[in-house]
Amino acid sequence: MTSARNRELLALVPVAILLTAGFAGVFSQENDQLGNLSLIYGAYFLGVCLATHVYLRIRLPNADPYLFPLMATLTAFGLVMVYRIDEGLARDQANWFVLGLVLFALTIHFLRDYEVLERYRYTIAIGGLLLLLVPRVPGIGQQVNGAYLGVKIGPIAFQPTEFTKIAIVVFLASYLREHREVLIVGARRILGVTLPPLKHFGPMLVVWGASMFMLVFIRDLGSSLMFFAAFLALLYVATGRFSFVVIGMAMFLVGAWFFASTVPHVHERVDIWLHPYADPQGSGYQILNSIFAQADGGLFGKGFGQALIVVPGTDNSLLPAAQTDMIYALIVNEVGLFGAVGVILVYTLIAARGFKVALLAGDGFSKLLATGLTAVFAIQAFVIIGGVVRVIPLTGVTLPFISYGGSSIVANFVLLALLLLVSDRARREAAEPAGRVPALGAAA
Amino acid sequence: MNRQIVKLSAFVMALFAVLIGFTSYWSVFDAEALKEKDANKRPLLEQQQIPRGRILAADGTVIAKSVAKGKGASKRYVRRYPEGTLFGHPIGYSFVKYGDSEFEQFHNEELVGEGSEFSSIADELLGHTQEGNDIVTSIDSEAQRVAVGDLEEQGFGAVVAIEPSTGAVKVMASNAPFDPNRVPYEYSKLANDNVETPLLNRATQGRYPPGSTFKVVTAAAGLDSGAITPETTIDAPGTLEVEGTPLQNDFNEDFGPIALDTALTNSVNTWFGQLGQQLGNDTLFEYMERFGFNSKPPIDLPEDEVLPSGVYDIENDELLHANDPVDLARVAIGQERLLATPLQMAQVAAAVANGGKLMKPQIWKRVVDPDGRVTDNMDPSVYSEAVSKETAEELTTAMEGVVSEGTGTNAAISGVPVAGKTGTAETPGNLACGGGEEENQAWFIGFAPADDPKIAIAASVECTEQFGNDVAAPIFRDVAETILNGEE
Repeated sequence: MTSARNRELLALVPVAILLTAGFAGVFSQENDQLGNLSLIYGAYFLGVCLATHVYLRIRLPNADPYLFPLMATLTAFGLVMVYRIDEGLARDQANWFVLGLVLFALTIHFLRDYEVLERYRYTIAIGGLLLLLVPRVPGIGQQVNGAYLGVKIGPIAFQPTEFTKIAIVVFLASYLREHREVLIVGARRILGVTLPPLKHFGPMLVVWGASMFMLVFIRDLGSSLMFFAAFLALLYVATGRFSFVVIGMAMFLVGAWFFASTVPHVHERVDIWLHPYADPQGSGYQILNSIFAQADGGLFGKGFGQALIVVPGTDNSLLPAAQTDMIYALIVNEVGLFGAVGVILVYTLIAARGFKVALLAGDGFSKLLATGLTAVFAIQAFVIIGGVVRVIPLTGVTLPFISYGGSSIVANFVLLALLLLVSDRARREAAEPAGRVPALGAAA
Repeated sequence: MNRQIVKLSAFVMALFAVLIGFTSYWSVFDAEALKEKDANKRPLLEQQQIPRGRILAADGTVIAKSVAKGKGASKRYVRRYPEGTLFGHPIGYSFVKYGDSEFEQFHNEELVGEGSEFSSIADELLGHTQEGNDIVTSIDSEAQRVAVGDLEEQGFGAVVAIEPSTGAVKVMASNAPFDPNRVPYEYSKLANDNVETPLLNRATQGRYPPGSTFKVVTAAAGLDSGAITPETTIDAPGTLEVEGTPLQNDFNEDFGPIALDTALTNSVNTWFGQLGQQLGNDTLFEYMERFGFNSKPPIDLPEDEVLPSGVYDIENDELLHANDPVDLARVAIGQERLLATPLQMAQVAAAVANGGKLMKPQIWKRVVDPDGRVTDNMDPSVYSEAVSKETAEELTTAMEGVVSEGTGTNAAISGVPVAGKTGTAETPGNLACGGGEEENQAWFIGFAPADDPKIAIAASVECTEQFGNDVAAPIFRDVAETILNGEE
């Protein structure tokens, strides 16, 4: 059997080909000729990927071989799409990609014994939540589409939610690892509904409250949906009580309904979602044009570089936020249903590999951490694609690894690093006779 | 925990499946409907990036063409109409911001060269850029010019000329005209002008009382159903009491017992009123429908820009049918609540001219791809067999009398036998005409040469104080002459 790292190396080949072909496609579209620049981009990307691969070979030889190539595929695809929108943005994105890989390497280097995270779980949780408030700080906070999502210090802008999601998952995984037993055993049946013990459930309520708080304070429906879904997923996996999920969902819906009817921003988002044709030139413009762009893509799409993003001859956007929120609509337009399904399948494969890591992991924290990271990643993809295809209200979260956005790329590479750390240990334990690796339960 | 992880994993897969489902719905299953939405400017914007094909008159005159503007990514094509108002109707316009209309809208797919999804992939792989096809129409630009000119002299109205044997539309003029080039600059002015309604194609959407021109239909029903022969006489008094109101001939003239020839030549109301009553609702409505009444003419113009003709329930804007109560004597002479479009009346003339066979009226003639290959030709097809050849011949004889010695002498062309029928419907108090008491709708329908018809024409003029023979018959003559001269 080929070793994990060799399989990873092989899997990187199609990624490099995809990227080179993609750039070549966009180039030939825009310049009517094929320069060698596309090959340079492809070679550069492949070089960076190879370096990462070599690093993984040394540091995490047993880690899952497909996760990195799959994410590299998304990054490559994202780079081509962003390049197609704006060359300058793509250059930024490429730099963010490199920075992301640096952070990826640093995470692997310093968190080789990632259980130390457990020790700092409250610090991490509080730090993550505080990060969310930064965009409200006058002077550096930015308001985009009515939501306070971004922070801008000098030339560098980032979205703290991207990092908060990791912090929250780490906290929940650690907390639930410790309290899952009591949550199960202490559960009581009241009026036929199984309720968790309040004492141990308290911190969960804090997370629920924080999620709702975010809805109001930073006006970010998408992130709160994403955080809360990840929370429910972890709660379910940790306790095996589906009723907890139902209760949680009910609480979220009640809270969401309350805010939807009292907070104009949230109310408007829901309204646009339900009745986009009410104001096709105003509030419904973005979602309608998202759907129109998809209708135009058909089965095979119009081809790279073919989609109209602005009204020709003007600066009026035909697909607002094409490089971030709307990038999926652009993908459907340019590579069609087949291309879009391909993208979704890559996310599906990542989710499958991520959950596989969780299944293989030997201890509770690792299991929950891998589950949480995978879930939050998959749900983020669902929230934004779901918004673009009108399954749920459109909210401003990025499409992981594809959307333009530095913090998104960097944070997701950190997420990937953590997953690979868990995976490396799990597969090493599986491969080697038990006992040589200290059992983690003992450390807690 | 593994059991839960597997379940969660399955749930996440299900979520992604939902995404694939929705994406499929928008991009494939609902795509066509979405492309039709008014809010969706994308198809038009994209079409603007490909050179739309030209529209040409039969003689090669360029009616519409596309010119490039801008460079690179902002390069786009804008429509130009070199002849201005001349072909505003029935060609219409096509602009991104204001959409498209009439012929431009109906033939959009050919004009933008839209192929199947697979052929566009092939094009993409081969590096072809999409280009539109040219469409050559049957429109005779000289005759169109004459028709537009005559209408401008006579007043609002429309002229339609059809080649009887093929259904080819050679003239379709509507006054007030509009210049499609002006649409981007004064759209709201054009669209909101409720008096002149320049954007309305009166040939297909102007519903007017057809007056005595409708007697051709009544006569056709009488002859073809066997109710009368050309020799049958009906006593035609000066006045006839119908449903409590007297139905009169012009000047109350009493004709005594006369046959079809005399009745049509002199447009005798009491004669046709009685014939109508004798035929009954079922028969008259059946023949109306055979001539195309009660349905939209099957012409190559957008369905919402073509109106059906028939007896209307004016209040509800609904068509009445054979089982509805109507004053049949007045329907038979083109009054009551009967309304007809100029296109419909041209179809009546064309059907009689073509031995009773009504051909599908079509403006387009052929499609020529960017390489100059003819990819499609208009195939003449029979829309309805209105009456027998014999009936058509008998009608032709009677209609010749109208022009040679009757009420339509101004339609005569020297050296060419002409068959036709005048019509003058009184439209007192018509608000569109300013509410005057002496306003008429003047008509002439006919064809020439009567012995070998090459062209069938309907001309209709609104808001005139004169009669069909004074204002509509001369238009017929001018247009017919131009077309017949052009054919020599």
